[in-house]
Amino acid sequence: MNGQATGTETVKRGLAQMLKGGVIMDVVTVEQAKVAEEAGAVAVMALERIPADIRADGGVARMSHPALIERIMKSVTIPVMAKVRIGHIGEARQLQALGVDYIDESEVLTPADDLYHLDKAPYTVPFVCGARDLGEALRRIAEGAAMIRSKGEAGSGNIVEAVRHMRAIRDGIAELAAAPREELVARSRDLGAPLELVREIAANKKLPVVLFCAGGVSTPADAALMMELGAEGIFVGSGIFKSTNPAAFARAIVDATTHWQDADVVLKAHMSIPEQAKAMDGLDIRQLADHQLMASRGT
Amino acid sequence: MAAPRVGVLALQGDVVEHVQALERAGAHVTEVRTPADLARVAALVVPGGESTTVIRLLERFGLTRPIVDRVRAGMPFWGTCMGMIVAAHDVADLAQPTLDLIDVTVRRNAFGRQVDSAEVELAIPALGGAPFPAVFIRAPWVERTGPAVETLAERDGHAVMVRQGSVLGTSFHPELTGDDRVHAYFLRMMAAA
Repeated sequence: MNGQATGTETVKRGLAQMLKGGVIMDVVTVEQAKVAEEAGAVAVMALERIPADIRADGGVARMSHPALIERIMKSVTIPVMAKVRIGHIGEARQLQALGVDYIDESEVLTPADDLYHLDKAPYTVPFVCGARDLGEALRRIAEGAAMIRSKGEAGSGNIVEAVRHMRAIRDGIAELAAAPREELVARSRDLGAPLELVREIAANKKLPVVLFCAGGVSTPADAALMMELGAEGIFVGSGIFKSTNPAAFARAIVDATTHWQDADVVLKAHMSIPEQAKAMDGLDIRQLADHQLMASRGT
Repeated sequence: MAAPRVGVLALQGDVVEHVQALERAGAHVTEVRTPADLARVAALVVPGGESTTVIRLLERFGLTRPIVDRVRAGMPFWGTCMGMIVAAHDVADLAQPTLDLIDVTVRRNAFGRQVDSAEVELAIPALGGAPFPAVFIRAPWVERTGPAVETLAERDGHAVMVRQGSVLGTSFHPELTGDDRVHAYFLRMMAAA
């Protein structure tokens, strides 16, 4: 057959388009991956430790052992994602060789490079990256990210940072869409983002890649809130497997994400979680020291 | 005469891309999330997405039976990738439930994982003209076709576009290409139904 091309922008961005309206769940074991798939997750993020534990344990957080990721890839039919440290070319090449479906170049792990992110365009495997505002999102897209997630504050169980970042991205897009053409060069300079992308946003009024939310979702209502604010899907890290009833939380968060516009369904989803089941414990972001914040890693 | 009203199943997946392509091809489109939405449409498109997820959500939200009944009564149906898996008679080597709307056996992720996802120039004689820019993403192929099933396109010897009466299935994603010929083909199927 003539004309077959792998790793194109279309197929890399395309997989994220297939995940829209869905929930991607952090899992650390094969059993958790199966619970996630059973609940209706569209993909899983294979990790050694979920963010809440990374936060609690301290030290350096690295890419997970590839044998764990491989076991999870073999145990479910949905796509499997895995995280690499920001700028870690060695880890990224290893995960591409393993054949994971998406790489998250993630601030949740300890950055390997404090200045530069990966040049993601040449890889066959697609990348998702976090962003706190439109400038960060556009810099990651310029580097080749095929999907963006708002950063939030991972492992905090607190939705406030996710809301702040999603609103910042959305407001940034709205400002460009309303800006007269003669302002776009200066706005490109202020955003620290390529003019070509800035013009594209101004014309299309949306990112050229899928935008998910991450970092702090722990209830069905949190998921519905983020969808209302413009997320096209939800990453849930610690919110499921740090709750006392992961299967119930997983399913309820999936239902609320699917039917976020229908408050009756979101209510019913929450009602389906037994009252004695507890959501994960949350952290007050204001009581975290600067060095404890993950979202400020990698700008 | 009013243009036909096409439903796009909107539980999960690349819904908007199908809505836009169908509108460009001249259809009125409704997103389908509930049985009441389904009652308002004359045809149903099931987009790309995750089949394990959507099959569970169809059941959870009471859509499985109404879709099966409508399609068996003649409502035109088109499934792209995940949608074709959902519509298949069965899935090779997996005990995955399906709606059994078209007599085919599909193999999931048959062309490989995401690193094997590809854009392919595909010959589709039924569309006429130039090859179709087919986008395959963790794509299934059709491993067995029943006697009533017509194969409309093949990639590397595997069926990737199949039709049985008013039910159409594609392994690939015409909604991602900007080439709306398959959408127009489906609307012609509707008009003839």
